[in-house]
Amino acid sequence: MDFGFRISPSSAINLDNVDLTLFERLHEMEPDVYKCMACGSCSATCPASVYSGMSIRKVILCLQRGREKEAFRMMKNCMLCGKCTMVCPRGINTRHLILSISKLYSETK
Amino acid sequence: MRERFLTGYNDFVLPFVLGMAFIISYCVVGMVRIILQLPAEDRKRFFISLVTPATLWKNIKDIFLKCLIHVDIWKRNKLLGYMHSSIAFGWFMLIVIGHIEVFLYTPHRAKLFYYPIFFRYFVAETESTMKGALIFFLMDLFLLIVLSGIALAIIKRVRSVMFGMRRTTNPSFFDLVGQYSLWAIFPLRLLAESFTADISGGSFLTKSLNHVFTSFLSNHANMLPAWWAYSCALGVFFFVLPFTRYMHIPTEILLIPLRNAGIKIRNARKGLAKAQVYSCPSCGLCIDACPMGVMKANIRDTTVYLNRQIRRQNEARIEEISDKCLLCGKCTAICPVGIEGDKLRIAQRSIRKYNLSPDYSGIPVSGLAAAAGDFSGTGHGERILYFAGCMTALTPAISRSMESILKKAGADYSFMDRDGGICCSRPMFMAGRFDAAKQLIEKNTEIIRASGADVLLLSCPICYKIFKEKYRLDGIRIVHHTEYIDSLIRQGVLTVEKDGTRYAYHDPCELGRGCGVYDEPRRVVEAAGVLAEAAKNRKESICCGGSLGSLTLGFDKRRAMTENAVTNLMAGSPDRIATACPLCRSTFGRYSGVPVEDIAEIIDRKTTKTDRS
Repeated sequence: MDFGFRISPSSAINLDNVDLTLFERLHEMEPDVYKCMACGSCSATCPASVYSGMSIRKVILCLQRGREKEAFRMMKNCMLCGKCTMVCPRGINTRHLILSISKLYSETK
Repeated sequence: MRERFLTGYNDFVLPFVLGMAFIISYCVVGMVRIILQLPAEDRKRFFISLVTPATLWKNIKDIFLKCLIHVDIWKRNKLLGYMHSSIAFGWFMLIVIGHIEVFLYTPHRAKLFYYPIFFRYFVAETESTMKGALIFFLMDLFLLIVLSGIALAIIKRVRSVMFGMRRTTNPSFFDLVGQYSLWAIFPLRLLAESFTADISGGSFLTKSLNHVFTSFLSNHANMLPAWWAYSCALGVFFFVLPFTRYMHIPTEILLIPLRNAGIKIRNARKGLAKAQVYSCPSCGLCIDACPMGVMKANIRDTTVYLNRQIRRQNEARIEEISDKCLLCGKCTAICPVGIEGDKLRIAQRSIRKYNLSPDYSGIPVSGLAAAAGDFSGTGHGERILYFAGCMTALTPAISRSMESILKKAGADYSFMDRDGGICCSRPMFMAGRFDAAKQLIEKNTEIIRASGADVLLLSCPICYKIFKEKYRLDGIRIVHHTEYIDSLIRQGVLTVEKDGTRYAYHDPCELGRGCGVYDEPRRVVEAAGVLAEAAKNRKESICCGGSLGSLTLGFDKRRAMTENAVTNLMAGSPDRIATACPLCRSTFGRYSGVPVEDIAEIIDRKTTKTDRS
């Protein structure tokens, strides 16, 4: 039955259950991934965010919290245009980071 | 001339004969493999081009001018040009005239392919020989020319600056073996022919040497070792040839017809890519050209080293080199052989395996198309669809100026990505992910076609290049804003106030080398002020360092490149730097001492409203 509202599912993350092996491997490949201070410049400029909520800031957070599905859903919309790289105040090479994630992670794991 | 030996054979010809047999079979096998590796349609195209008179003539002309005379190197540096053509053309003439000698004097030996090479050993002079004085003279003359080229090559190894090259390639071990044997061939030939000059005749070089050093050279006991040494030098050279940079000599003869047939790189390692890699003479002209070269650490990431690593199949280094490159295309523009360093790298990137592939099906095309079709409706002229692009979105001064210019010109325009649009796909294409790029192209094509525009106006050369090359927008004219502004000024729609401000115009890589637009932006700048040319411009312009081409270079590592490019632009002591690319504008803006502006901004500042608006 549709009441026009619903209770959102719990979004609590139990970090004990999250397998971060892949993220550690990503960190070895891309040491800059820990440089992100979540300022949101990338989210604000991303042309894909309008359609999909894509934001490399959120992708990094999701991967760290084991919410890979959500990260992949956003990642698939990246057009690699490089705007996020241009605006990043921390100088993270986000384009290479995105390519590395695409190489390292896979949907069917 | 009469023959000295009934058999017409001596054991010393063996090293040469074996080496020659080896290299000819190697080259034939290699050529067949490259042709078989081409996709079927390309192969068909190649064969058709070989029997088409126009391309056939072009092939012969190109092979003669490029492989023998080396015209492209002459244009670059006269001394370097002379060095190359003296060795290549001189050697070629020695072979040709050697064959003429055999056909004239000992036609029954023409089937022995070592005979023209060692002709002087096998024959003796007779009274009637002087009729061939001209041939003797020519043989010595071309030998002298080749020797002068070899002397220059030795000097170049020590002092390359004399030849206009600041840095040269570090030779590999086999390169050195090949080089020393090549250097040895001609002095040994001179020595060997000098020994026999009193028997088989000679001209100003060999005969004179024989007379001057008569006590040594007339001792016929030393004759055979000299001819052995000459044959061995040739043999060694031919045996190491496939593993050295000198493999470019035979490969280029295949590369030229492939290129003239209009074949493109389809596979990262096979077919045309392979022909290009093996055609690299390791001359190192790309080292000085590369904008990354300002930092010494990057020298080993230039195209010449990419080719070497591809030949060695060193995958780790291939990945490193091809991902680092800015794809500015300067090495391609100056390469005397025509190796496409940028396309070769994109091809290497395209064979990477990714587990996550983009999927853009969620992009709502209809809404974007409706926004794009919203023309201002001034009614007259073509309907202009303005696509600013992602990079212009970060430098809104440019799109603001363009809108203002469009209004002043009274154009019927629509701003396609005012509220954000889809990337043109060039950055995706440069990363080698062609399937994803294709999806983006389809989406954008749909939007543009639905808008009903006549002209697609672009501010970003990165977009411009891919729209021109990969989009199929039949009936829609694609123009960059510099071309558009130039046509407005020439038609008298815009009146620009000219003043004495000196502008240095920076040719963006994708607009200049990428699309060949050099003159329109210059005309526009000259309409507004004085053009102060940079030290290196047009085809040789230096990349600003901001390029999206590089996947691995972070912005902190690009500073030296940008500063070097700014220094180059300041050669004509300009008051301002003008450019036509949003990415160049923001990159230069960070480090330039003078204001940096896009051409659209300059023109918008210097025009007043005209009566058409």
